[in-house]
Amino acid sequence: MVSIDIQHAFVDFPIFDAKSRSLKKAVLGKAGGRIGTESRVPIIEALRDINLSLHQGARVGLVGHNGAGKSTLLRLMSGIYEPTRGSALIQGKVAPVFDLGVGMDPEISGFENIMVRGLFLGMTRKQMQARVDDIAEFSELGDYLSMPLRTYSTGMRVRLALGVVTSIDPEILLLDEGIGAVDAEFLAKARDRLNALVERSGMLVFASHSDEFLVDLCDTGIWMDHGQIKDHGPLRDVLNHYKGRDVYAELSERR
Amino acid sequence: MSSSVNLDAAESPATPSAPPRSWQRAFGDLRQGWRQRSLWGYLGWQDIKQRYRRSVLGPLWISISMGVLATGLGILYAALFNADYEKFLPYVATGLLIWNFISGCILEGSEVFISNEGLIKFLPAPLSLHVFRLIWRQTLFFLHNLVIWLILILLFPQPISWTLVLAVPAFALLMVNGFWIAILSGIIATRFRDIPPIIASVVQLVFYMTPIVWDYNTLANNPNPHVAERAQLAELNPVMHFLEIVREPMLGEQIFWRHWIVAGAITVVGWAAALLVLRNYRSRVAYWV
Repeated sequence: MVSIDIQHAFVDFPIFDAKSRSLKKAVLGKAGGRIGTESRVPIIEALRDINLSLHQGARVGLVGHNGAGKSTLLRLMSGIYEPTRGSALIQGKVAPVFDLGVGMDPEISGFENIMVRGLFLGMTRKQMQARVDDIAEFSELGDYLSMPLRTYSTGMRVRLALGVVTSIDPEILLLDEGIGAVDAEFLAKARDRLNALVERSGMLVFASHSDEFLVDLCDTGIWMDHGQIKDHGPLRDVLNHYKGRDVYAELSERR
Repeated sequence: MSSSVNLDAAESPATPSAPPRSWQRAFGDLRQGWRQRSLWGYLGWQDIKQRYRRSVLGPLWISISMGVLATGLGILYAALFNADYEKFLPYVATGLLIWNFISGCILEGSEVFISNEGLIKFLPAPLSLHVFRLIWRQTLFFLHNLVIWLILILLFPQPISWTLVLAVPAFALLMVNGFWIAILSGIIATRFRDIPPIIASVVQLVFYMTPIVWDYNTLANNPNPHVAERAQLAELNPVMHFLEIVREPMLGEQIFWRHWIVAGAITVVGWAAALLVLRNYRSRVAYWV
C-alpha cells in the first residue's frame, strides 16, 4: 500500500551562524518584528502545519514562488527531513530526483553512475546490471555511457537520472524542477514512461515552474506559499488560482 | 526479480512507524546501513581509486608513502634512542600503520556527516551508511599499508607465534570503536563546528603521547625513577591500549591482557554514548549539515 500521510508537520531550520541578530535583539529590546523566536538561535519555519494525504495513483504538481517550500516538502516526503513537530508517515519505495549533481560522481563513467544511483535507491548490484541495457536504451546515451560524467551536458545528466529512477519501479517518485533541461522529444518519451509507472504502482510528486510539464504529468495541484499549503485540488483549479488566469485554455490555444 | 526483496532493501528512513526519537529508529538506521553494504563497499573503493586517478602507480602510493615514512622515522628514532634497527624498524612501522587507522577514523569521523552534506540533503539514506563507508575506506588503507609490515617482517624476522591470530579480533575491535567514535563525534561536530579543529589538534598531540616512535617498556624500566614514573602516565592514554592489542601479536611480543580489558571497557562505554546520541539526534543531522 503506497501512501503519504502528513499531519500537522513543521520543518524548522535552526540558523546557527546568525547569532549576532539575537544578541542585538537582546540589547535593543522590544523593537522589530518576529524574525527570530524566543530561543537564542533564529529559526526559519520552512514548512508550517502541513496536512496532506496522498494515495496510490496520485500525480501531484507542486507550484509556488521560489522559497515557498516546494523542495522542502519534497524532502519531507522522501524522509530526508523528519518533521520537527507533527508526523509524516510515508509508505512505499521512494525514488527522488532532486539535485542532479549529488550522488553522481563526475569522474566515473555513466555506467558506474547508474550503478551507484541504483544502489542508493536500494537496488542490488545484480538488479542494476539487469537494467543497464534498458536505461541505456531509454536515455539514448549509447557509447557516451562509458565516458566520465563530467563530459555530460545537464540534459544528458537528467536523461541518465530519469532513466535510473524510472527503471527501478519506484512507488513514490519525487521530481524537483531541473528536469526541464531535456528536449521536448525526450520529455514526451519520459512522460509516457512516468505515466505508465504511476499507473502500475505508484505516485508522482513533481515541483515545477513550467505549466506545460505540470499539465503533462499531473492531475492534482498543490500551491505552496510561505511554507504552507495555500490551495490543494484539481491541477486546473490550483493553477488558475495561482496564476490568476486559465492556463489550460492558454496551452490548448497555443497547440 | 521479486518485488518484496526490492521493497525490503529500499526501506529508506522514510518509513517511520516509530517516532523520530526512539531506539527502534536508531537501531533501524544501523541495520539499514548494514544492509546497503554493496553500496558503501563500492563507494569506499571508489574513494580510494578516486584519490589516485590518473596516477601511474595508483593506490600503490598508499603503501609507498607509508613505507617511506615508516622507514624514515624508524631509522631516525632508532638512532636517537640508540636502539636496534632490526627490532625498532618493524616496531615503528607497525605502530604507525595501526595509528594511521585509528587517527583516520577519529579525524574523518568528526567530519563524516559534514563532508557528506550533499548526499544527506539530497538522497534519503541511513546515517550509518556514511560511517560504514568511512570505516571500510580506512580498512582498505590499512590493508594497503599491511604490505609494509609484511616486507619488514620478512626482512627482519620477529618472534611471531600463534598469537598472531589475535591481531584479527584486535583489529575488528578497532573497527567497532572507529564506528562509535564516528557516530558520536560526527553528530556532535555537525552541530558544533568547532569540534573538528579541536579534535584535529588533540589527535596530533596524542600521536606523541602514544608509544609509536618510542618504546613504552624501555622507558617504564628506565633506571631513572622519575622517567619511569612519567612514562607510566601513558597508561592513561586510551589509544595506547588499542594500539597494543594489535601491535603485540603482529610483532610476536608478550600479550598483556590488561590492554584488552581497557579496550573492551571503552568499547562498551563508547557505544552506549554513541547509541544515545544517535537515538536523540539522528533526525536532526539533516537539519544541521
